[in-house]
Amino acid sequence: MQAEAGLRVKIGLEVHCQLTALKTKLFCACSSDYRSSEPNEKICPVCFGLPGTLPVLNAKAIEYATMIGLALNCTVANRSLFYRKNYFYPDLPKGFQISQYDKAGGVAIASAGSVDVEGKSIRITRIQLEEDPGKLTYEGTIDKSSYSLVDYNRAGIALVEIVTEPDIEDAREAKAFLEKLRSTIESLGVSNGELDGAMRCDANISLAGGARVEVKNISSFKEVEKALNYEILRQKTFSGNASSETRHWDERRSITIALRSKEEEQDYRYFPEPDLRPIVLQPETIEGVKKTMPEVADARASRYAKEFGLSRQLAKELSANKDLSAFFEECAKLGGGYQEMAGLIVGELSGGLPAGASALPPQEFVGLVKMVESSAITRAQAKEALREALRTGGHVGDVVKQKNMSAVVDERAIAAIIDRVVGARPGALEEARGDKKSFSYLVGQVLKEEPRAQPGVVAKLLAKKLREK
Amino acid sequence: MVPSMVGHGEISAEEYIASMFERIERLDLGIHAYLQLDRGGALDKARALDRRVKNGGRLGKLAGMGVAVKDIICVRSLQATCGSKILEGFFPPYSATAIQRIEREDGIVLGKTNLDEFGMGNTTQNSAFGPTMNPWDLSRVPGGSSGGSGAAVAAGMASVALGSDTGGSIRCPASFCSVVGLKPTYGRVSRYGLIPYANSLEQIGPMGREAESVWLLFEAIAGHDPEDATSSTEPVRPLRAGGVEGLRVGRIKEFFGEGAQPKVKEKVMDGCARLETLGAKVGDLSIASLPYSLAVYYIIAMAEASSNLSRYDGVRYGLSAEKGTVDWNTAFSRTRSEGFGEEVKRRILLGTFVLSAGYYEAYYVRAQKVRELLTREFTLALKKFDVLLGPTMPVLPPKLGEKVTPLEDYLIDINTVAANLTGLPAISVPCGFVDGLPVGMQLIAPRFREDVLLTAAVAFGKGQGLKSPPLAEAA
Ligand SMILES: [Zn+2]
Repeated sequence: MQAEAGLRVKIGLEVHCQLTALKTKLFCACSSDYRSSEPNEKICPVCFGLPGTLPVLNAKAIEYATMIGLALNCTVANRSLFYRKNYFYPDLPKGFQISQYDKAGGVAIASAGSVDVEGKSIRITRIQLEEDPGKLTYEGTIDKSSYSLVDYNRAGIALVEIVTEPDIEDAREAKAFLEKLRSTIESLGVSNGELDGAMRCDANISLAGGARVEVKNISSFKEVEKALNYEILRQKTFSGNASSETRHWDERRSITIALRSKEEEQDYRYFPEPDLRPIVLQPETIEGVKKTMPEVADARASRYAKEFGLSRQLAKELSANKDLSAFFEECAKLGGGYQEMAGLIVGELSGGLPAGASALPPQEFVGLVKMVESSAITRAQAKEALREALRTGGHVGDVVKQKNMSAVVDERAIAAIIDRVVGARPGALEEARGDKKSFSYLVGQVLKEEPRAQPGVVAKLLAKKLREK
Repeated sequence: MVPSMVGHGEISAEEYIASMFERIERLDLGIHAYLQLDRGGALDKARALDRRVKNGGRLGKLAGMGVAVKDIICVRSLQATCGSKILEGFFPPYSATAIQRIEREDGIVLGKTNLDEFGMGNTTQNSAFGPTMNPWDLSRVPGGSSGGSGAAVAAGMASVALGSDTGGSIRCPASFCSVVGLKPTYGRVSRYGLIPYANSLEQIGPMGREAESVWLLFEAIAGHDPEDATSSTEPVRPLRAGGVEGLRVGRIKEFFGEGAQPKVKEKVMDGCARLETLGAKVGDLSIASLPYSLAVYYIIAMAEASSNLSRYDGVRYGLSAEKGTVDWNTAFSRTRSEGFGEEVKRRILLGTFVLSAGYYEAYYVRAQKVRELLTREFTLALKKFDVLLGPTMPVLPPKLGEKVTPLEDYLIDINTVAANLTGLPAISVPCGFVDGLPVGMQLIAPRFREDVLLTAAVAFGKGQGLKSPPLAEAA
């Protein structure tokens, strides 16, 4: 949705991302794999908030948060602190959430980063580590339910909160940002966004001159676009005079409902968590994480362009997919023809690599690329062979043999076909002389007659013919 | 001491523990030190110990010692009340690390002792289960908040006891009950299993009639614990062989200030003189920021308390006052209104206030700055002196039910809170009597130098003879 003149939309996002790759919760040894568990099965005295228990920080969580910070071009703090965010809610076992804070003397683990989305830079304010609360289940909807059930399995799961500046201008851009963020985090191997509730989002939306409205409880990225579009429309009906408040996204009814106004905004009484020591990260430690962490898409794309000479566009498309990138690198070890190789991978395998390690061995794939490179077969034939092999589960090499695939390289034979095609279309040659489109059309017609012909050779001979006349 | 007597078969652990329970039966009706006893469990452990002695098995360092435990420290399968109604029916499924270590050394938990609700008080009158009486004078308070532990030890109803000290809660009852009480260095003893009042200030610590048994218990519970991120790996040093010979003792002028009763000051000056005759060198010093320590202490303690006590909402365990269908805010408010006592509510309110937006900087942040200043001053002073000295409590044990304002009540913590704010170890040792009522002398040492404190306490206690409360003697 494009903002109308005079009503510039500003959106800031707060993304909560569970570090699902962690085996245990943030402050206790409970398994973090709770999704298939019975309610209140994955809890212990610490995450259930029994008095006298103490949090012990999961060291791996710090490493993962550092990786996210680095991937989002943030400055990682050498010393950051945990704070208590105090509020009463039944899903909060201790009556406070252990979190980080950037005010009142607090320092978040990473801050001041940016993410490039479609050529635009979205600034990241900060990244902080915190624990997830439990989960409430309502009978019906939140505003009508007469009771709620609490499940503390999720309580204490490690979360990373990523806060952006209000740099986003519409719902579509928000979605693009979130997709980029998700693929970045997934390529680090610290979180699986596919899991239900692993990535959630709150949004701050304001129309130029209007008040800031916070929309909470957007449970998945799919819902974000809907929620933002609804909220922008709602605020526009107030001509930008929306009041400052917190609203709740009701997924079932696809509307936002008022929770509380800013005047009754909660005071979380943040103060440093006395049971935990500061997180101290020496510059060498941060450097070490940087060296060993998996590469994220952006860095990979520029490396592909530099190392393998891929075109910018192709490098970007290839590196956006972690699995395809891995496959490409396997293949690249076996031989050249990188541009051709990458093109075939992006063009034919984007729907997903065939399951099973042996389904498409890199050697076979590279063999196919080499056939194209040496003009033994055409690119079209290679694509056909790939599709056929993937469909039947056979070997690409076998398909090439069975189908008797081979490129026609004999220029005289191709010249003969050209003569035939041109002869059947009087005047076509004249048109092709001045018009690129008509020229391409003729090339296409020749290839239709002889699919095994190399498009390059056809074009060369056709051009020669035009000059002769 | 008991462990070696049990180890040599001079006494049977079972008989010793049984005699302790008999004593409790006779005396505790009048003192009310205990909230809960574990006679069955204790005797079972004693019998098992005796069998091990017979079979020549290895015995722990606390073998046969009967330990009273302040009811703010979790002992698996014993109810934990914190002296509050709000924890009704709460049986922790875990033991505090300190308890696990005591049991590993064959100490025997006798039961849980009374306290000011959640450790908030210095008289043990703020208990939902009624006050504890001072064994030296049943009309007076035993001090607090570890008053039950202090009284139990003083009346011989336990060999030793565990207390917890947030602003003086071990040292105050030690002083009022004429026993030795140690607040260890912050981080020395694991806080795992200690139900928190103010996390950045408190420590679990040992109490006993003799310095030797206090040291024994301290050595057992001290040390790093992976379950407590704030616990230290610093090793415990042995007691000094030379006693207090050459020990540099610094008298803190502010500790002998106007608020202190003259007779109490005199007694502690006598104590100083005695240290001098034992070979110590006594000097005087001043700590300029000490007058601010009470205000700083109460701001920080209440702030942390207001957050720590948020979890008692009636949803998961403990009291749930609301049975009908009401909204969440009404339900937890009713539980908390009914479950908490007056003093706890006062501190939650004040703590909530000082952390509120707009006040946080003026109170909490400023308090932390003064705390740092105080710590610097003490560190500096402890470069000139090995220990710092003063009366533990500026007053004699007050009468039960004596009408005082909360502020007057807070003021008697004036000498104890500094050790908590600075994290320094401090001890209260018996220092004679005024009008039949105990006076305690406080010593403060550098971080992790409990050995210096106990060396001085052992030397100071030697040849004094152990006095027992008249009531306990009659029994
Ligand atoms: Zn847990």
